[in-house]
Amino acid sequence: MSACKDREQDPRIEGIASSIRVVPNFPKPGIMFQDITTLLLDPKAFKNTVDLFVERYTGKDITVVAGIEARGFIFGPPIALAIGAKFIPLRKPRKLPGEVISEEYVLEYGTDCLQMHIGAVHPGDRALVVDDLIATGGTLCAAIKLLERAGAEVVECACVIELPELKGRERLNGKPLYILVESR
Amino acid sequence: MASEDGKDHRLARISSSIRVIPDFPKPGIMFQDITTLLLDHKAFRDTIDIFVERYREKNISVVAGIEARGFIFGPPIALAIGAKFVPMRKPKKLPGEVISEEYALEYGTDKMEMHVGAVQPGDRALVIDDLIATGGTLCAAVRLLERVGADVVECACVIELPELKGREKLGHRPVFVLVKG
Repeated sequence: MSACKDREQDPRIEGIASSIRVVPNFPKPGIMFQDITTLLLDPKAFKNTVDLFVERYTGKDITVVAGIEARGFIFGPPIALAIGAKFIPLRKPRKLPGEVISEEYVLEYGTDCLQMHIGAVHPGDRALVVDDLIATGGTLCAAIKLLERAGAEVVECACVIELPELKGRERLNGKPLYILVESR
Repeated sequence: MASEDGKDHRLARISSSIRVIPDFPKPGIMFQDITTLLLDHKAFRDTIDIFVERYREKNISVVAGIEARGFIFGPPIALAIGAKFVPMRKPKKLPGEVISEEYALEYGTDKMEMHVGAVQPGDRALVIDDLIATGGTLCAAVRLLERVGADVVECACVIELPELKGREKLGHRPVFVLVKG
């Protein structure tokens, strides 16, 4: 599901898409990096981005917005504040103080780990997972698993950008994905 | 301090929503954990509102948030006051051209980076982080902004640890906090 594919594309999408900068060969040769920092420099585009998510999730009884470190921390909190939900940071290892649960996930070479605080989420919580971009879906998948292990229902994953060729959508444990901009 | 404006009723809840974790990240440190504030929607909402009320009429054009917890508080403020949000990041995270500022740690140094072109001369800037301790990180952020010609109006944090004298490190520059730890 995506705002950019709806039969009549929301008029705000074009401004959002054009505010995103592509930086070639970052972090390594061959990768076309989707840089959202230029979106954040455009107050109207940033506001429209948040508004599109808020409009979708208002009235859906979302109790938790989980943002993935670090760019999910930029988009998640404004959404959480607007819809009256808790915000939960999902972090790289050893950043969260106190008791955490961990979920390992696969990288191109090796593995990484995502952590969530114990007690942040309760059974019955209805959760949204937010990140700036979905590529392979590995990080989002780890996020979904953490929330489900704590008993939450993951309602949807929401990202600004999707790289559809990397098929991340298929790796979300059957959870729906909502995006604003596709990048091919 | 925010309480001088008579906002005591909101501050009490904000303050009590912050959890202190002993011996993190190492023995002897009482870590001020704001994640519990983020779980309390009213406390989080009030935190942002107090900052927005302070800055909305001050023609702020840039809110610079320090990675990573400054990314949580900065953007809602930027959105509410119509300013750009600029992430200040650890090395090698920002793609494209950056400028760097080194700063001292207890042992060794670290670096903070900002995108070239994000901030222009004459921009009026706010620097946001969750907490001010020694002031080293805030100082690096302020220097980056001043190097590109911005006017740093104020540094704003949720929490201050006054014994670590961060205000002194920032010289004459104003610092606004909600809670003292």
